[in-house]
Amino acid sequence: MGYFLFRRTVGLFLTLFAVSIVVFASMNVLPGDPAITILGIESTEDARAVLREQLGLDEPVLGQYFAWIFNALQGDFGVSYSYGVPVSELIGERIPMTLSLAFSGMALTTTLALFLGISAASYHKKPGDWGVMLLSQLGIAIPAFWLSMLLVLLFAVKLRWLPPGGFPGWDEPLSAMRSLILPTVALALVQSAVLARVTRSSALEVIRLDFVRTARASGFSKSRVLWRHVLPNALIPIVTIVGLQFAALVSGTIVIENVFYLPGLGRLIFQSISNRDLFTVQALVMMFAIIVVLANFLVDIAYVLIDPRLKGRSN
Amino acid sequence: MTLRQLPANLIIGAILVILVLGVALLSTIWTPYDHAALSISNKFQGPSFAHLLGTDQLGRDVVSQLMVAAGNSMVVAVTAVFIGGTIGTMLGLLASAKGGWVEDLVMRLSDLGFAFPALLFAIMLAAAFGPSLPNVVIAIAFINIPVFARVSRASANQIWTREYVFAARAAGLGKIAISRDHILPNIAAPVIVQATIEFALAILIEAALSYLGLGAQPPSPSWGRMLSEAQTLMYLAPQLAVYPGLAIVTAVLGFGLLGDGLRDISDPRLARER
Amino acid sequence: MFLGTKTTTFMLGVAIGLSGTIATAKSNIVIGLQQEPTTLDPTADATASIDGIFTHNVFESLTTVTETGAVLPNLAESWKISDDNLTYTFSLAKGVKYHDGTDFNADDVKFSFDRAMGEDSVNPSKKIFSKITSVSVVDPHTIEIKLKSVDAFFLFNMAKGDASIVGSESVEGNKTNPIGTGPFTFTSWKRGDRMILSKNMDYRDAANISLDKVEFRFISDPAAASAAILSEELDAFPGFPAPELLPQFEADPRFDVRVGSTEGEVILAMNNAKPPFDDIRVRRAVSYAINRDEIIDGAMYGRATPIGSFYPPHGKAYVDLTGTYPHDTAKAKALFEEAGVAGMTMTLRLPPFPYAKRSGEIIQAQLAAAGIDAKVENVEWGFWISEIYKKQAYDMTIIAHTSPNDMGNFARGKKYFYGFEEQEFTDLWASIRTETDPAKRDEMLKQGQRYLAENAIHGFLFQLPRLGVYRNGLNGFWTSSPVLYQPLADVSWAK
Repeated sequence: MGYFLFRRTVGLFLTLFAVSIVVFASMNVLPGDPAITILGIESTEDARAVLREQLGLDEPVLGQYFAWIFNALQGDFGVSYSYGVPVSELIGERIPMTLSLAFSGMALTTTLALFLGISAASYHKKPGDWGVMLLSQLGIAIPAFWLSMLLVLLFAVKLRWLPPGGFPGWDEPLSAMRSLILPTVALALVQSAVLARVTRSSALEVIRLDFVRTARASGFSKSRVLWRHVLPNALIPIVTIVGLQFAALVSGTIVIENVFYLPGLGRLIFQSISNRDLFTVQALVMMFAIIVVLANFLVDIAYVLIDPRLKGRSN
Repeated sequence: MTLRQLPANLIIGAILVILVLGVALLSTIWTPYDHAALSISNKFQGPSFAHLLGTDQLGRDVVSQLMVAAGNSMVVAVTAVFIGGTIGTMLGLLASAKGGWVEDLVMRLSDLGFAFPALLFAIMLAAAFGPSLPNVVIAIAFINIPVFARVSRASANQIWTREYVFAARAAGLGKIAISRDHILPNIAAPVIVQATIEFALAILIEAALSYLGLGAQPPSPSWGRMLSEAQTLMYLAPQLAVYPGLAIVTAVLGFGLLGDGLRDISDPRLARER
Repeated sequence: MFLGTKTTTFMLGVAIGLSGTIATAKSNIVIGLQQEPTTLDPTADATASIDGIFTHNVFESLTTVTETGAVLPNLAESWKISDDNLTYTFSLAKGVKYHDGTDFNADDVKFSFDRAMGEDSVNPSKKIFSKITSVSVVDPHTIEIKLKSVDAFFLFNMAKGDASIVGSESVEGNKTNPIGTGPFTFTSWKRGDRMILSKNMDYRDAANISLDKVEFRFISDPAAASAAILSEELDAFPGFPAPELLPQFEADPRFDVRVGSTEGEVILAMNNAKPPFDDIRVRRAVSYAINRDEIIDGAMYGRATPIGSFYPPHGKAYVDLTGTYPHDTAKAKALFEEAGVAGMTMTLRLPPFPYAKRSGEIIQAQLAAAGIDAKVENVEWGFWISEIYKKQAYDMTIIAHTSPNDMGNFARGKKYFYGFEEQEFTDLWASIRTETDPAKRDEMLKQGQRYLAENAIHGFLFQLPRLGVYRNGLNGFWTSSPVLYQPLADVSWAK
């Protein structure tokens, strides 16, 4: 186990290192010039040259990269070209938005999925089961951005119950929560479709086991057996998928934030790419990558803990 | 296995897929109108016999656009999954055959592929070379490589422990030859199943990229771009935001169900659970 | 961000509530803006919304302009111009203080100009200072500026946000905490959401400022912007982004919709340096092929004025040249054939602005009808800057030129992305720039417009409109705008 952990940890760091190089390199080959983006197309070439020097854009790329990684390891992610404030400050301002969305999305996903998955399993091979399975197929097939548009169309444009987009911040808790309803639903419906299927098949495996029959035979009600006996035992694969899905959810916020015009990290990453705001893009992509890689890493470890045979397989 | 024994998802999926592919093929020889023909004085018309689903903000026929867009979507999905699937499967086979550092390298590279958000990759590609359908194909193919590398490696690892493979090795066959003659045919089923599912995902990703303006360029229509244009017109013509979405759902649902159905027949153990 | 706790279900109640407030004259206002500033210093960043919020509200310049573009005194109370038009002596307002309490005097003016003109300057409009040879302090309230040659636009340009007079003590912090001398002080900024300005109680004309608090909300989505206006979260949206959504406000008695003009000429730029557009027949053919009425109808929902050359229709020297190349697909086809380019494929690279994307799609179809296959590419702004603007790697593009007096673009030489250079026009522009007699200058500006139309340098499409939606009873907002800013000192609610 120790060796396995060591190898995977080294792999993890190498992966992140590679991601940082890829981002840095691609941002440098992208056509575009932060100096013209900031100063506009009517600016003079000498003013742009001064700004490039101030931003450190005239340094050799390799030097820029090593300076960046040296500072980043000390927790300094640089100053945003376009906003002129430290990247950490920019990200800090927007994290509450994205995390609120990711967590509310996760909560709704898990609730919906557990309920649908367990119900489907309990009605195995009956219309209820097929209904849930069809719904989940449909859920997977609906693009999140279209679902968002339909929700806006119905609840914001036609009924005018909820705002079509934007986020007022947690200073106004009530309107903040109202603004989060549609994005959360849009984010969670698709994800819960995937999770419901996993829950169902995982529950089906447990239902066949002897202790469930025993429990049922000793007179416990069907729902009690499902929720008290089946669910806890089916939970391990479900939790693993939830872990993986959290990563997917965080990436999913990129699209949702753009559809609902929410001022979170996903919108920031879009704007920074088009502003050629290197340090902000770099920090954000690294953050998303760390979440994804870490989730994969934890899932792998969880698998090995459940089934130790797996660690030999990769040798 | 008779038709009655085929799983329902396979049948429904196949019907939807045939429908979408049929429309896509038809669009290459016939559409009710020229999909790009403008008629600004006829904009935002409702459904009528002349225009079954009405016209859009520039007075173009919506049905014709949806049909041509189906063709674009299918071409992108087929090419991208084929390219990504071929490269990924080769890498997976290689990893499984060689083992050791080669396998490690392939798997870590596939981690890298997973770690880099696909959407960002596509955005950067479009930012570097300008948006176009070929760039969308490259982006989708790229994200398919690690998926197929993992599936084929995992399946191949199981085959390598089979007795006929030991026999082949004992007979002095090289690893490449074994991979070609014994491993590949035996992992074909899971790879094809995966391809069907990835096909559905590719349609979704193409739609998302076009929605963000990174895919097909006008006048070539795409479901995603039709949606993004409809979004700002939602107060004026809400129906325009509905049709392209339904088209995407039909296509994705079709391939998704087909993939599930294929998996059910190819892997009876799973079928029992499902 | 904008809908707050009220829903439109309760709209009626809200409307009654607010009309009650109007009766006692409101002193605060909420203004919607589509674009959020990145930094807050108009002398270091070209983002239009920085000017929109801060110029002549928080910062002031020596001069200012009216809605029609006439120059008025501001920090300079008056000025004298020498007979050779090369020396300007400005008398500065007295008793003016910066928002941080420091005094304003001639040293600040010199400091601001030196900073904008100097070697280390990152001023986005550095070229408006290029004719200045010296800036000297005569006494604490007098400053003398010498030019190397006559500049007819000097006083107009000195009203720009790029020529804001900053304080030497506070300049370093202006990017995040702007300190100026204007009628409003910067109060707070919540990035991604809103910015608040408050009345400067020490302003020299404080008695005439009727707003106490100005709140800007940043809403980039047109649908969300309309929802916020309809629910009366916003009082004004001076740069409303979606012409197609205006009818609902026009039909609603609560709102006042004003469609004005900007300085933005929208052109179908053709790369004059490169075949086939170095051939005047091809450029003329394109001009015949485009149908402005259809473009304005389809892309702008009828809310724009067509232009036939490169000068705004609201300008004094405007000549209507929209009839130079009446829409004629057959003629265009014939010209394309004559020039041997019929059936040719060209690129039409579009920047990410709605007016450009929408017009581009229509122009693509119009060119197709005339036998030219234009490949549309919707590109990112960064890509546009680097490929089209810097490298001239394009055949055609659509762009709005939003600066005032920008006919000089055609005198910027082959290296400017137009790829156009003709001595005749370059000389003409040099005379325009140095002609101080307005009547003579207007005559030359007309000549310039005719030259550009005659030679069909670009396809001239329409003037970008300024679409504003305001609550009834709100006065003082400009309908048209010759500059990027909107002075709020004159804005008030009806009593």
